[in-house]
Parts: sequence; C-alpha cells; structure tokens
Amino acid sequence: MPRPEKQLAILRRIAVFALGVALSLGLACKSAWAQDPGVTATEIKVGNTAPYSGPASAYGTILKAAGAYFKKVNDEGGINGRKINFISYDDSYSPPKTYEMTRKLVEQDHVLLDFGPLGTPCNTAIWKYMNQHQVPQLFVYTGASKWGDPKGHPWTMGWQPTYHAEAVIWAHYILGHIPGAKIGILYQNDDYGKDYLSGVKDGLGSAASKLIIKEQTYEVTDPTIDSQIVNLKSSGANVFINITTPKFAAMAIRKAYEIGWRPTQFLNFVSASVGTVLKPAGFQASKGIISGYFLKDPSDPRWANDPAVKEYLAFMRKYYPDGNPNDLFNVSGYSCAQTMVYVLKQCGNDLSRANIMRRAANIKNLELPMMLAGILINTSPTDFYPIEQFQLARFDGQRYELFGQVYAAVSSHQK
Amino acid sequence: MAALLQQIVSGLSTGGVYASLALALVLIYQATGVVNFAQGEMAMFTTYLAWTMINAGWPYWAAFAATLAIAFAAGVLIERVIIRPVENAPVLTIVMVSIGLLTIFNSIAGWIYTYTVKPFPSPFPSTPINLGPTTISLQDLGVGGVSLFVLVVMYVFFRHTTLGLAMRAVVENPVGSRLVGIRVGWMLALGWGLASLVGAVAGMLVAPLVFLEPNMMSGILIYAFASATLGGFNSAGGAVLGGFLMGVIENLVGTYVTFIGTELKLTVALAVILLTLLIKPTGLFGRVAVSRV
Amino acid sequence: MRLGLLLVAGVGYLLPAALSSYQTFEFTQVFIYAVALLGLNILIGYNGQFSLGHGAFYAIGAYTTAIMTTRWDIPYGWAIIAAGALSLVVGFLFGLPALRFEGLYLALATFALALATPQVLKYFDTWTGGSQGIVLDKPSVPLGLPISADQYLYYLSLTVLVILLLLAHNLLRGRAGRAITAIRDNPIAAEAMGVNAALYKSLTFGVSAMYTGIAGALGALAVAFVAPDTFSAFLSINFLVGSVVGGVASISGAIFGGAFIEFVPTYAQEISRAAPWAIFGLTLIIFMYVMPTGVAGLIRRVAAALARSMASEQPAPDSQTAAAEAAEGNRGSARAVLGKPD
Repeated sequence: MPRPEKQLAILRRIAVFALGVALSLGLACKSAWAQDPGVTATEIKVGNTAPYSGPASAYGTILKAAGAYFKKVNDEGGINGRKINFISYDDSYSPPKTYEMTRKLVEQDHVLLDFGPLGTPCNTAIWKYMNQHQVPQLFVYTGASKWGDPKGHPWTMGWQPTYHAEAVIWAHYILGHIPGAKIGILYQNDDYGKDYLSGVKDGLGSAASKLIIKEQTYEVTDPTIDSQIVNLKSSGANVFINITTPKFAAMAIRKAYEIGWRPTQFLNFVSASVGTVLKPAGFQASKGIISGYFLKDPSDPRWANDPAVKEYLAFMRKYYPDGNPNDLFNVSGYSCAQTMVYVLKQCGNDLSRANIMRRAANIKNLELPMMLAGILINTSPTDFYPIEQFQLARFDGQRYELFGQVYAAVSSHQK
Repeated sequence: MAALLQQIVSGLSTGGVYASLALALVLIYQATGVVNFAQGEMAMFTTYLAWTMINAGWPYWAAFAATLAIAFAAGVLIERVIIRPVENAPVLTIVMVSIGLLTIFNSIAGWIYTYTVKPFPSPFPSTPINLGPTTISLQDLGVGGVSLFVLVVMYVFFRHTTLGLAMRAVVENPVGSRLVGIRVGWMLALGWGLASLVGAVAGMLVAPLVFLEPNMMSGILIYAFASATLGGFNSAGGAVLGGFLMGVIENLVGTYVTFIGTELKLTVALAVILLTLLIKPTGLFGRVAVSRV
Repeated sequence: MRLGLLLVAGVGYLLPAALSSYQTFEFTQVFIYAVALLGLNILIGYNGQFSLGHGAFYAIGAYTTAIMTTRWDIPYGWAIIAAGALSLVVGFLFGLPALRFEGLYLALATFALALATPQVLKYFDTWTGGSQGIVLDKPSVPLGLPISADQYLYYLSLTVLVILLLLAHNLLRGRAGRAITAIRDNPIAAEAMGVNAALYKSLTFGVSAMYTGIAGALGALAVAFVAPDTFSAFLSINFLVGSVVGGVASISGAIFGGAFIEFVPTYAQEISRAAPWAIFGLTLIIFMYVMPTGVAGLIRRVAAALARSMASEQPAPDSQTAAAEAAEGNRGSARAVLGKPD
C-alpha cells in the first residue's frame, strides 16, 4: 500500500504528463492547420492506388511509368527543391481495397494529394471521401464522363479524353464518310464499355437505332470472344466498332480476319497501341483500322527522329527498363505525370491543397512532348476535362496515318 | 444456318482449349486424388519459360521439348517439396496450399514478365480453311488434334504400362500398393509431374489463341472445371468430350437464348456444373464410386 | 470460451481510444471479416463442408443494404436484419442441392457460384446499378454520442460480432448443435437416430450464409459503396483462406482469420512491392505447415500443454485441462471428416 505523499507524487507526475501530451497535441494540430500535410522543405508526398495484381493488372504499368518519371524529376533536382515521394499501393481493382488504401494514404501516410488513381469503380469508391476531406483526387485514370463535375466534386479531376467523347467523334465520322453503314459493336460489359456505347449512340443521334444492327458484349473473364465475332459477322455489319481492352482487341481483330470478315474497323484509344495490340493481332489483319489518337506511338517509324520520342525512349531505358517502351500505356503514364509536375511547379511555394486545385483548374494551352501537335491541355474552373482533342488515324499495315483535322470533343460537357 | 454452323465450329475450337486444361486437371485427380487449383497458373508459367527460350532464339520445337522436361521436373519437385508435408492432411489443407501456389505463380509471372500481353508463336499456321459455309483455322484444328493425341497417349499409359497401372493402384488403394512394393510417394510425385507436363502442352497450345499474360489461364480454368465436371472427373475421355461440349453449349446458349446472351455466359458454366452434379454427379462418363460403410 | 469472449469484447470496446481513425477503420474491417468467417467456420467446422462461394452471400448482404437504404430510405438497422434474413433464405435454398455434394464437388459448385456473382449483379442493373454500383451514406452517429462516424461503425461492427459469436456459441452447444456435429462425425448413425440430416445440413448452410450476409451489410456501410468488382471470386477465396488460417472448427478462429485477410496483404506490399501476392501465398502455405489447425488450434494446443504441465504440479486436474482435451478430441473428428474423399 503506497503512502499518501507517494500517491500525490504519482498524481502530480500524471498531471504533468497529461499537460505535456495536451500541449504537444495542440501544437501538432496548430502546425497542421498552417500547412496541409505531405509537404516539407524537402519533400512532397503524392499518393496513388492502382491495380498491380488481379484481373486489371495490365493497367498497372501506367502508374509504374508515372512513378519512374517522378524519380527522373527527383534526380534532376525535384520541384522547387522538393523531391516527390510517390507512394503507390496495389488495390487489385477492388473498390473497397481502393477505399482502404486511400484512407491509409490520407490518414496515415499524410499525402498531399492522390494522383492518378486508376479505374472507374475504384475512383467512385473514394469520390465522396476525397471531396469531404478536401484532398485533391487529381488526374484520375479513367475515361468516364463523370469526373468533370467542378460544382459537385471540386476536388476531383480527370485527365484523358473521355470514352464518350471519342465515341462521338467516330459516330460523326461514320455519318459523314460511310454511307450505308451497318454497325456492329463489341464492348466490354462494364461502365467503360457502356460509356463508349452511349457515346456512339449520342453521336449518331436519331440514326442510331437504324444504323446499329448488332451489339455484343464480353466479360473480362471470358477466355475467348470468337463467338461474339461470329455473331457480328453473320449480322451483316460492314462497320465494326471495337470497344475492348488490349488483349481482347487483339483477339477480336485476328478472329474477324480469320473468318473472312472485312468491315471498316474503329478501335478505341485504350487499345490503339501498335506494339501491344496490332502486332500481336497481325499487321495484315489490322490493316485499315481507324483509331482516335492524341499521343505519339513510339513504335511508329514516323517518330523515329522526333526528339521528344527519343527522350522518352531514353527515359524508359534508364528509369523503367522492365517496361515495354512501345506500350502506349507507358506513354500515357509518362505524360500524365508530366501534367502533375507542371501543376506542382506552377504552385511555387504555396503547396496547399486548395492552391493545387486552383492551378490544376487553370491550365492554358499546355503542350506535352509526347502529345500530337495541336493537342493541348486546357482546364478552367468550369472545365475539368484536361484533354478534349483527338486526331483520327488509319493503320496502313505498318503504321498509323493521321488524317483529317484535330477534333474537339465538346460533347463531354453534355453529360 | 451458316451462322449456326460457324458457332458450332467456333465452339469446338474454343472447346479444344478447355479440353486441354481439363485433361491436366483430371490427370492429377486420377493420379493423386486432389484437384489442383494452381494447374492453370503452372501451365501459364511454363509457357512463359517457353516464350523466354523462343525469344532467346531457340527453334520452336526445341523450346517445346525443353519446356515439357522442365514442367515435368517442376511438377515432381512441387509434389516432393510443397505438397509432401501436407499429403495426409485434410483435403481443405491441400486446396489451400494449391491456392497459395496459384497466387505465387501469378504474382511472380507478373513481376518477371509484366502484365502486358505477348504474342506466342504457334506450330500451326493460322490459315483459314473453308468448310462449306464455315471457316476454321488450322490452328484450331491443331489444338483439338493435340488434345485428342494427349488423351490417347494417356489412355495407353494408364491402361497398358506397368507404371501407369501402378499409379492408378496407388490412388485406389495406397496401403495395398505399398504392400505389393509400389513406391507410393514417388507415384504421387510422378502424377504431379505428368499433370504439369500436360498443363504445359495446354499452355503452349492456348497461348497463341488467347495471348500470353499472367492471367491467361484463369478464365480457362473455370471452363476446364466445368468441362471436367461435365465429362466426369475420373474419366479423361469424358473430360475432353466435356470440353468440346462446353465450348459448343456456351456459344449456342450465348447466341440463341436471348435473355442469357453474352452477358451471362459464365453463368452458363455455373449452371452446367450444378446441373451435372445434381443429375449425374459422376459426370457423363464417370464411374460411380461405391464406398463401403 | 466465455472468458475469451469477455476479453475480446473488453479490449475491443476500449481500443478506439488508442487508435487513429484509419486504424479504427482497419479494425472495423477485421470485425466485419470475422463475422463473415464465423459463418464459414460454422459450415466447415460443424458441417464438414466447405465453400469457395461465400463471397456471393457477402454480395447479397451488401446489395440488400445498399438498395434498401438508398432506394427505399429504410434505416440501416433494418437493412442489416433484412440482409441476414435474405442470405439465410438463399443459403438454405442453395444448400438443398449442395448438401449432396462433398469435398471436391462442393468446392466446384460453390466456386462456380462465386464466379457468377459479378455477372449476375451486372445483369440485374435496374436494381443493382449495374457496373456503376451504388454509393451509400455512412450511418451518422445516433443520440449525439461524442464519437466519430468511424468509431461508431467500429462499435456497431464489434457489437454485431459479439452478438453473433454468442449466438453461434449457444446454437452449437444446444440440441441443433449436437445434431449438426453428429451429422458431421457419423452421418449414417445420426440419420438412424432420427436426425433429419438433409434439413440440418441445409439449415447450417443457411445460417452460415446469414452470417456472411450480415457481414456484407456491414461491409457496404463501412465502405459506403458497392460495385460488382468488389465481389470477384477472389473475395470468396480470401474468406476461405481467412477461415482456414484462423482455425476452422473454432469460433474464436474467425477473429484471427479476419486479422489475417485484413493485414497480411497490406504488409505483404510493404515487404515486396514487386510481387506482394507471392508473399501472401507463401505466408498461406507456411501457415498450413506450421498451424494445420489454424491460429485458434495452435493456441488451444499451447493452452492444453500449459494446463497439463500445471496439472502435473497440482494434485487436482482443473477444468481447463479437460476442456482443452475435449477441444483436441473435437478437432480430431473434424479432421477425419475433412479427410480426402473416396
């Protein structure tokens, strides 16, 4: 049994300790208010979630390329003297995992912002959370139309052209150039496929129900899509709109060729890569495919002497040697990271979350080295769609030939 | 009519793909009494090894043969090292270990080879052949043909060779087999080796069709399960036929049953598994196992 | 059992004071998974059947809650109960045919169920919102309690877990529990003694599905979003992994299993960025070697050994030894049932 005076001493010590804790907590809180988390004199913490495993892991390379680019920026001195600390977690394309890892990023790692989280369902899972906590969810890596909503979700912004916009451009081209079109569509049975589908329908307008004669879907778990291609062929379609991810795109192109179906083919940007789609499908089978383009394809001989492409290839060799330099996904991740770096540089020393969103919403005519000439990044406080332009290109059996003008995809605002 | 025929032909060619993996599943079930959930991933991994050799400039058939040898050795090794310690454990434990193997192979393949799809050469030309109103490629014929060839080899092996008979005896009656001098442990290892080899054949046949990537086999594995269930897990011939049937059923239901369409194709596989188990649990060609109480 | 439960509950209720909001969320997930695993443990440990398809019931629970709270404005408390009830019915109906399968065949049938789930969810898109999913509102803290929304969800999940633990405990010790174990250990003898094996087996499947469905309801509330991609076959596999790692024929194993599937993938990422799932797979295999009866089984064995060494010093054997030995005996029979088919 301790004596009374000893008890008192213990109590006093507890009181002093409690005061100390309270004070340090108070101070910690105060300093947190002064500056958003994730920024020190030497570091900017940038978070991310991406599928490095699971069914969508083919996309993981985009963020690996982006991370490699941040490393290059750090090696060259960082951003105004601060190095980017890029923390990227695997979410296996599972929305609850995205939510969990994002909370870890925000609440435990104390990142300044979430850059390029990948996947429509994954971003939907954290949409509310990011906007409630006012953490920038910047340049999300999905082409759904819903990310451009500055009023309802001012902390979220997309990057790539929307799926919907690309599909509208095809539709206008078909209306203008292919008389007597009978359209067959193959699309992935999820929001990505359905966004494209609605774009095609919106673009065709009242003619849609007449021109589209067959729609077929597939699931990412399907081993092959032969049956769907056979159905499209037997429907008598002479235009084939191919809304598929790289592996299925290659299968579809090859199967169509094998069974002797020779429609005019439109291929979505996601799978336009010569190196990873058309080559596996076979150049002969790919001849005549029309795609929307906004990036330079490194495997296209046209760019062999382009300084930007040379720089990109040197970057890939040095910072991401495991990646396939001809994969358009890597070009895409590289360019997206450049956009991020541009915004952070613009912020100067005011690296508050609010200022980052302000700068991200005021990009004027930004030209990135790996984008096609004439395609510019533009945003405004009412326009949260950074890239809204496309150029159509036709594959001639060796490379894509750009044709026509640069299309502006205004339609993305309608939704 | 032409469309119907083309759907059947294309179903048969997809079915050949299912059949080839179903064969490996059935083989390991017959030889060791377990179902290996990692079978597809093992096949995928060995196909990557073949790809590496071909890319290094090896002729196709040399790489093919070397891959088969490696696959066999790896199968034996996995049984000896990884499965052995849990050999007498409950079936659930072995299922868990095979799921562990599945994630390991998938993850390592992604790490080494990335998730970008890679074209894989085929020994058969992809020239289409016209059969009346339908077309089929030599490649598809090749896949089906090789599956049937492997089946015949397996049949002969298990029916007419001492080794094959010994392997079957071990599954039927391990204690009795040991008493007559069969080395039970090695027979099980041999079973894994052979299944791994057949899986490697399946992987190399399938890769040109579906392209090489770490998740290449996961979709096929499901249909292979359905095929093996349909044909009967203890009948190799049944599994192959089940594979072909599965391919055709899937295509026809997807095309002509409008409320199912292509959106519920996988659910058709589920229905086939459930219906088979309910109506004839041993599959179309399986033997009924009578157990004494 | 009682003591352990009290301990868990006590520590559980005090824990949030020491946790950050993110950690609170992590533990909420552990409890939710534990509820799901509890359902699986009832099935595996006491029915001798295992399921590779419980993700489907998790999905049913999650979507029931999402649809009821967002479309019909029903309070989430009722939605959780409805989720459990619906899962019970669906589980029972699936159990009717499935009880005829054993080992491999049941694994295949349930695995097929898991695989079909995302497709079916997308197919009925007028109800489920298709691939877009449904965004929910997080439950707000009731009665003006001075806790955060995260902490409220934590307490909610913990309370549900404790209630369902008690329920499982009482259920399995009562008449129904004895009937279920009898069916597991000797189906023919049980049938001869007048136990309606088919009915009990389907009922167990239903109860098992109900637990997992309730977990799905809580999971939907915790993440505030449901989408088909959440319910891939991998979720079902993860459940089975958690159940086996925790210890199948035990109730407390569910909590260890929940912790395993919540924390191991995250830590695996920290060990190896390149191939995290290889670390996960390796951990799983090692677990199977060193703890074939799961964490709960290991603890039981250690406790039994301790009790035995203590008993040798003291003259009278204490009740703990007897309980531990009884538990060991129980495991033995579960092993026999779960042994290889044919």
